[in-house]
Amino acid sequence: MSVMFILIGASLIVAIGFLIAFLWAVKNGQYDDKYTPSVRMLIDDSTADSSKSQDNS
Amino acid sequence: MMLQTPRQDVPGEAISPAAGTAEKTCYHCGLPCPNDDISIGDKYFCCRGCRMVYEILKASDLCQYYQFSEKPGVSPKEFNAAARFGYLDEESARTQLLEFRDGKTAKVTFLIPEIHCSSCIWLLEKLYQINPAILSSRVNFLRKEVSITYAEEKISLRQVVELLASLGYEPQISLADIHARAKKDSDRSLYLKIGVAGFAFGNIMLLSFPEYLSGGRLEPQFKTFFGYLNILLALPVLLYSSSDYFKSALAGLRHRTINIDVPIALGITALFGRSLYEIFHAGEAGYIDSFVALVFLLLLGKLFQKKTYDRLSFERDYKSYFPVSITRKNGAGEESIPLSQLKVGDRILVRNQEIIPADAVLINGTGWIDYSFVTGEAEPVEKHSGDLLYAGGRQAGSAIEAEAVKEVSQSYLTQLWNNEAFTKHGQGRMAGLVNAAGKYFTLAVIAIALAAGLYWLPRDLNLALNAFTAVLIIACPCALALSAPFTLGNSLRILGRNQFYLKNSAVIESLAKITAIVFDKTGTLTKSHAAAAKFISLNGKAGLSPPEQRLAKSLVRHSTHPLSRRLALALPGEIYDNVAQFREIPGQGIEGTVEGNYLKIGSAQFVAGESAAAAPTAAHVYIALNGRLKGYFQLENRYRPGLTEILAQSRKAYRLALVSGDNESEKAPLQNLFGADTELRFRQSPQDKLEFVKTLQSRGQRVLMIGDGLNDAGALKQSNVGISISEDLNAFSPACDAILEARQFPRLFQFIRFARANIKIILASFAISFLYNLVGFSFAVQGTLSPLISAILMPLSSVSVIVFATGATYLTAQRMGLLGAG
Repeated sequence: MSVMFILIGASLIVAIGFLIAFLWAVKNGQYDDKYTPSVRMLIDDSTADSSKSQDNS
Repeated sequence: MMLQTPRQDVPGEAISPAAGTAEKTCYHCGLPCPNDDISIGDKYFCCRGCRMVYEILKASDLCQYYQFSEKPGVSPKEFNAAARFGYLDEESARTQLLEFRDGKTAKVTFLIPEIHCSSCIWLLEKLYQINPAILSSRVNFLRKEVSITYAEEKISLRQVVELLASLGYEPQISLADIHARAKKDSDRSLYLKIGVAGFAFGNIMLLSFPEYLSGGRLEPQFKTFFGYLNILLALPVLLYSSSDYFKSALAGLRHRTINIDVPIALGITALFGRSLYEIFHAGEAGYIDSFVALVFLLLLGKLFQKKTYDRLSFERDYKSYFPVSITRKNGAGEESIPLSQLKVGDRILVRNQEIIPADAVLINGTGWIDYSFVTGEAEPVEKHSGDLLYAGGRQAGSAIEAEAVKEVSQSYLTQLWNNEAFTKHGQGRMAGLVNAAGKYFTLAVIAIALAAGLYWLPRDLNLALNAFTAVLIIACPCALALSAPFTLGNSLRILGRNQFYLKNSAVIESLAKITAIVFDKTGTLTKSHAAAAKFISLNGKAGLSPPEQRLAKSLVRHSTHPLSRRLALALPGEIYDNVAQFREIPGQGIEGTVEGNYLKIGSAQFVAGESAAAAPTAAHVYIALNGRLKGYFQLENRYRPGLTEILAQSRKAYRLALVSGDNESEKAPLQNLFGADTELRFRQSPQDKLEFVKTLQSRGQRVLMIGDGLNDAGALKQSNVGISISEDLNAFSPACDAILEARQFPRLFQFIRFARANIKIILASFAISFLYNLVGFSFAVQGTLSPLISAILMPLSSVSVIVFATGATYLTAQRMGLLGAG
C-alpha cells in the first residue's frame, strides 16, 4: 500500500503545477480583459499585402 | 454654388443621418455628405477630417479597416493641435500620465470613448504601421482603453495624442481618472485567493473521503498521513485566502462594532484550532475539509457579489468634467498650461464649447454661457464684459477672454467639494442588514458556547471543550454570510441588465429603506435636448405651413445655439441644402436665405425690431419670412415620459420634493404633477441642495436623490442613495451610488420595489440558515458533533441558502418583468 504515498505525492505535484499556472495567468493580467482577445483572434495578421492588392485592382 | 456652411467646423456634431436629403454618405463615418466636394475617386466624405483619416489609412496600407464593419469611422473633431495639447509637453503632465518610462520607451494608457467596433480595435492595434515610433498598442474594448508603448526619443507624448486625435480617436485625458487605476490589483487578488482556496478544497476533499467512506476503519498510518497533509494544504488558505476576514473583524472590533466577519473569524479559528488538536493529539481526522469548504464558498460569494461595470465610474468629481489644460494669454501669444497652474489674475481664453475653468470676469467678447449642467438653468445666459462668469459653464459662441478671480478649487461650484459630505468617506453607510444580524448572532453564539462549556465542565473537561468549540464551529455563519452576497449580487446583475447600474450591492439595501425622494429638474425630470415647439402666430394669422417649417429647420440647423438645436429637433420635415448668406449674430439670432427665401429667426428685438416684453415663462423664438413677421415658437421643456405615473405611484409611499437651480417658470405645471402638498424649491445653489437633503435627514428621513449634473453632486453625495440619470453612459456623470440610463426612468419605481423584495428574500434565507444552525446546535451542545456531520451540514446549509437566494431573486425579477427586457 505504500505506493499510495507516491501516487498522492505525484498527484499533488501535478495539481500544484496547475495552481501555479493559474496564479501566473492571473498575475499576468490574462483575466483583466475577457472580451478583446475574442475579437483580436479573428483579425488576420498579414493584412498589408492583401488590402493593397484589393485597392489597386 | 452654395455656401460652405458653418457646420463645417464641427463635423463631429453631426447632422442626424435621418435629416439629410443627400443620398451620399461618408465613406469613412457614414454620415450624410452635405455636398459632393470632398471626394477621392468614387469615395465621398462628409468633411475634410474624414478624408484626411482615409488618406492616412491609405498611405499606411490600412484600408482593411473598412472591411471589418460598415462605416466604422469616427469623424475627427476639428482640432487646433498646437493649442489643445501643448500642455502634454510639460514634464509634470508627462510624469502623471506615463505608467512606465526608462528613457527609451514609455507606456501610457488612454481612455478613448469613441472605441465602438472591431475596426477600432484593429486600427488602434496597427498604430505602429502608421508611425514606426509606436512600438505596440493594445486595446481593452470593454474599458475603452488603449495602452501604447512608444519610443520616447522618436515621438513625444503630445505627438502620440495628436496622432490618435487625427484619426478621430481623441483620448479623454482627465487627471482624476488616472488615479482610479490602482484598483485593478485588488480584483486580481480575489481571483488569487479563490484559486488557492479552490485548490486546497479539491485536494483536501479527496484526502478526507477515505476516512468517511471507510467508516472509521482507515489504517492509522494513512489517517495521520492524510491529516498532516490536510493541515499543510490548509495553511495557505488560513494565512492567505481568509486573511480579509480577520482584517475586517479586527477593524470592526477596533471601531467597537461587531460585524459579520467577527463570527466568521471566530468560526475559522475554532475550526482550525480544534482540527490541529484532534490531528496532532488525538489522532483523529479533524475538520479541515469543512474549514476550506467554508472559506472557498465565502470567497465565491464575495466574487459573485462584486459586479463591476468597467465603463462606468461612480467616483467622478468636477476634476473629470473640467479640462486638463487651459489656454492662457501671455503678452501677445497664447500658451497651453495644465489647469492646476492657473492662478488668480491670469488671462484665459475660452473657445466655443469649452468650459470655464474658474470663476472669472469677462474681459473681451460676448459670453453665451450654458450653465445647464452646473446650476440647472435651462437656457444659456448672455454675459457682457465686466460680468462674472462661474466656473463650469460652457461657452457657446465665439471665443471669449476672461480674467480668473478665484482659484479653481475655490470657485462657486467647486467649493462644494470642500464640504464635509465629501470628506467623510461613506462611513456608516455600509451598516448593512447582514452586519446588523451578525452582531446579535455573535453575542448569542458566544453565550450558547459558554453555557454549553460551563454545563459540561463539572463532569468532563474534554467534553466541555468539545462542546464549546463545536458550538463556535457550527455557528460559523457561513449560510448567513452567503445569503446577502448571492441575493444582492444576483439582483445587481438583473438591474444592470435593465440599465440601472449600481455601485455595489449595499446600495440595494439602502434603496429599499428610503422614505423620501428628492428630484432635480433640468436633465432629470426634463429631457435635456428634446423639446416640443409650439408655434404661436401673431395677429391671428395662419400658422407655419409644412414647407415653411422646412425652411426654418434648414436655417436653424446651421446654428449651434442651444435654442436652435432644440428647434431643429422639434421641427418636422426634411432640410434644404441650399442655404446662403447665413449669418449668426450672437445673442440675437440668425438670418439667411433658404431656397431664395430670406429668413430671420431669433429674439423679438432682432426679428421684429421691437423691444420685447420679457416673457420668462418659456423661451420664445421669433421668425420672419421674407420680411414679414410670422410669429414665434414657444419652446417648453418636455418632461420625461412616464413622469406622471412615477410621481403618482411614489407619492403614496414616499415624501417627495423638488430642488432646481432654475427659475420658477415651470412651478405651476410641476406643482400640478407633484401634488399641492409637495415642496418645490427653485433657484437653489448646489450648496442649498446639499443642505436641503441634510435637513430632511435630520428630520429622520432617508433620502433618495435623483439628479444629473455637477450642481447635484453635493446632494447626491449627502443623500442615502444618490442616483444619477444619464442619457449617454460615456458622458460625465457626477459621483453617485447608481447610474440610471435615462430611457429606463419610467421604471424607477419598479426598481425600488424590487430592492424592497430583495430584503425580504434575505430575511427568508436568514431563517433557513438559522434552521440549519438549530440542528447543528443540538449536536454541538451535547458534544457529539462529529467531523462527518459537520462536513455534511455546513456545505448543505450553504448550498441551500445559495439556491434559495438566487432562485428567489430570479422568480421575483420575472414576476416584476425585469428579466425579459434585457
